[in-house]
Amino acid sequence: MFEALSEKFDGIFARLRSRGRLSDAMIAEALGEVRDALIEADVNFGVARAIVARVAEKCREAELSKSLSPAQQVVKAVNEELVQVLGGETLRIRYAATPPTVVLLAGLQGSGKTTAAAKLARWFKQQGRNPLLVGADLQRPAAVEQLRVLASEVGVGVFSEPHDPVATAENGVREARRLGRDVLVVDTAGRLTVDAALMDEISRMASVLNPAYTFLVVDAMTGQDAVTTAEAFHAAVRLDGVILTKLDGDARGGAALSVKEVVGCPIAFASTGERIADFDAFHPDRMAGRILGMGDILSLVEAAEREIDRDVAESTVAKLRRGHFDLDDFLQQMQQIKKMGPLSGIIGLLPGVPKELKDAKVDEGDLARVEAIIRSMTPAERRNPAIIDGSRRLRIASGSGNAPGDVSNLLKQFKEAQQMMQKQLGVVGKPPARGPKAKKRKGGRVTPRGSSGVQKPSAGGPGQLDDPGTVGNLGDAQSLGELTRLGKAGKLPVAWPKRGW
Amino acid sequence: MVLGDGRTMVSLIIALVAVVAVLMLATVIVVSRGHARASRRQVDGRRDAGLSDPGSRGAVREAGVGSAGSSGVGLAEAPGPQGATEVTAGGVELPSEPPSIRDRLGAARRMFASYAGLMLARGSISVDTWQELEEALVRADVGLKTTRELLAGLREQVAGGSISTPADLIAALEVQMSSTLHRHASGAPLSFEPGCTNVWLFVGVNGVGKTTTIGKVATREVANGRQVVIAAGDTFRAAATDQLELWAKRCNAGFVRGVQGGDPSAVIFDAVQHAGAQGNHLVLADTAGRLHTKSNLMEELKKIRRVAERPPGKVTEVLLVVDATTGQNGLAQAREFAEAIGVTGVVLTKLDGTAKGGIVVAIQEELGIPVKLVGLGEGPADLVQFDPEGFVGAILH
Repeated sequence: MFEALSEKFDGIFARLRSRGRLSDAMIAEALGEVRDALIEADVNFGVARAIVARVAEKCREAELSKSLSPAQQVVKAVNEELVQVLGGETLRIRYAATPPTVVLLAGLQGSGKTTAAAKLARWFKQQGRNPLLVGADLQRPAAVEQLRVLASEVGVGVFSEPHDPVATAENGVREARRLGRDVLVVDTAGRLTVDAALMDEISRMASVLNPAYTFLVVDAMTGQDAVTTAEAFHAAVRLDGVILTKLDGDARGGAALSVKEVVGCPIAFASTGERIADFDAFHPDRMAGRILGMGDILSLVEAAEREIDRDVAESTVAKLRRGHFDLDDFLQQMQQIKKMGPLSGIIGLLPGVPKELKDAKVDEGDLARVEAIIRSMTPAERRNPAIIDGSRRLRIASGSGNAPGDVSNLLKQFKEAQQMMQKQLGVVGKPPARGPKAKKRKGGRVTPRGSSGVQKPSAGGPGQLDDPGTVGNLGDAQSLGELTRLGKAGKLPVAWPKRGW
Repeated sequence: MVLGDGRTMVSLIIALVAVVAVLMLATVIVVSRGHARASRRQVDGRRDAGLSDPGSRGAVREAGVGSAGSSGVGLAEAPGPQGATEVTAGGVELPSEPPSIRDRLGAARRMFASYAGLMLARGSISVDTWQELEEALVRADVGLKTTRELLAGLREQVAGGSISTPADLIAALEVQMSSTLHRHASGAPLSFEPGCTNVWLFVGVNGVGKTTTIGKVATREVANGRQVVIAAGDTFRAAATDQLELWAKRCNAGFVRGVQGGDPSAVIFDAVQHAGAQGNHLVLADTAGRLHTKSNLMEELKKIRRVAERPPGKVTEVLLVVDATTGQNGLAQAREFAEAIGVTGVVLTKLDGTAKGGIVVAIQEELGIPVKLVGLGEGPADLVQFDPEGFVGAILH
């Protein structure tokens, strides 16, 4: 979501860097552009102004430093400031000594509270907790019904009463104790901050519940008003954190920066899609990295660990190494990847993936098309695609509702993909190097950059494999392992396609 | 879909899946080996816990277009009669006198220091005046680009001497903004063609208030003596149908529902055909909230529109519902929805809060889509015709 912002910054800084000495006027101009970029990304006007003022202050102080060029100093100052505003640790939930740990959700209408409540309950369940949901949105028609449906999907109970939201919340705590639930997530009605009666209601609710955490649910598409809303809710219920929703769109998400700046409490969770699973703790440091165009490899590693079965992975790689990787295996891989979320979302997390690939509109319907073609093949054909002749191709095409050309195309691509995967993963499949501390391997085994890769959609007709380099690197298990370590240590590998920071 | 297009897509998907598969396999193996090594050193030697829970996960959203898994057949155009039809007879209940934008914005206005007041306090137009004007417009979510375009014209007038006091400047800005809004026929009534079944489609991203808006429009149109059928086309969000049915009952509109997770175009098709057979002239079609970046869901909308156009149906309004709190992303929303199915107007909701909804000015300037209705509260009567002067006044005061 912050890509557009980081692209803007790149442009501004590239221009700065192209000049030798910087005059004060040049710096002021660059900072003005930084401010505009922030405002266009929906950062609140006042917040953008404050950020830029602090950067200017840093630039003035930094003039003493002789080691950096003036342009580098500006870049560094902006960088540091952004990381600081957004930054800080991921919120760690402390559970109450006497259960239940009460979590209260508040926000405007349509920010996504009910969905967030169910997703949060699932998250707590994944942490080994035993949550109960309270449906205290008695305002919107069928809101409690919606919560019940979502809750049943995640296997969590819902407590609700038809009349008084404050009493419902209070009785919800009692119910949680009775049932031995250790976490209570309370969904509330959406309310405008100018609605004095409803704001009073939620602050009464907060004083009755005495929640361990009160989260403001904020839509990532919110504009300038995010600050007003956050301040008003903070005044009414004292917020402990923010849940940022609808992060899967193309909003630039400046609201996240604004809210963090004015209320001071962290963004605790982020919701990145319509599936219940599309929800996770928010990692400010990683998000700052994303603004700076470094991708988010850690989130990817975690998603892979969570969703992909290691035994299946090992056996697939073994098959690949023997050259036995067939369309059935490919289909299985597709299923695994689908579990992790939409393909375009995963690609978005990868650093260094060429823009053409990131921008390619992949919709899950097209995934289904590919799947349909493969599923229309007989087991024998899937094991050995070479036997597919003209008439088999025609059958597969009509069986899957595609043109015969699509089938040939798929087969051709599959063959190339197969080779690429074999090359990339040949190294990984072998038993690990001796001893617990596997050293870096010599360069010989590492696939050289430029030898294989993926197809750029815009690079010409189909079937032309063209290597963007970085992906070849990515596939290399050693660099990936290295990357993970470096990523966790907060450093970027040198070979990584860095922006000009 | 163009054939060449489809082929490129297939190639792309294969390539992407391969790349991601490589990454995933490498990651899982390398990382879990690291874990395994670490845990082997631990006393209990328990298995690596990083790979838990491949099980529980939410329903993957299936689009109506070509996503039928193994059947894989694309655009099945003829929706069957799976939307079991339930209908309530029409009746009339008059809403009370509708509120005006100015009345309802009173509360919001008081929360802001009045920019206009600040500027008027100064005798002449200074650098500060321009900065304050820019700030006022940006803070109302008008956006930098549109703001600067608006102010550029005024700067010329000031330089030319035709404007000399802050009061005149503000007045000129107001005139300029509202004339833009008028030029695109904002505030015009919704189109209704006699002699066919009018379909008004309501679209927008998640959580902007589509369902509530339909409830209010239904109430108003029933009160105007029209025979209204509501089509519960949001089959995705849990309980969206129930929410809408409560509205339909409240205002005695007809109601056609489908099954949860079913094909929304089938529901809308049924509603149009049912309305046609009953001689009803207006179908209000709800759709699931969708982010404009999800191409499969935008395809689904196109199909909905095609189906709704089947005789006797005729889509006479496609209303994009925009939440007043929306920032600059609103422009992208309007652009994408307009491109996909042709938007005829904007409904600006939640304008009774502190947000000023200035993004609709940018939407008008850039895309020429008029604002038709404004939502000012949760009650059935809190939906009013857009009033450009009132709206512009609220942005600056």
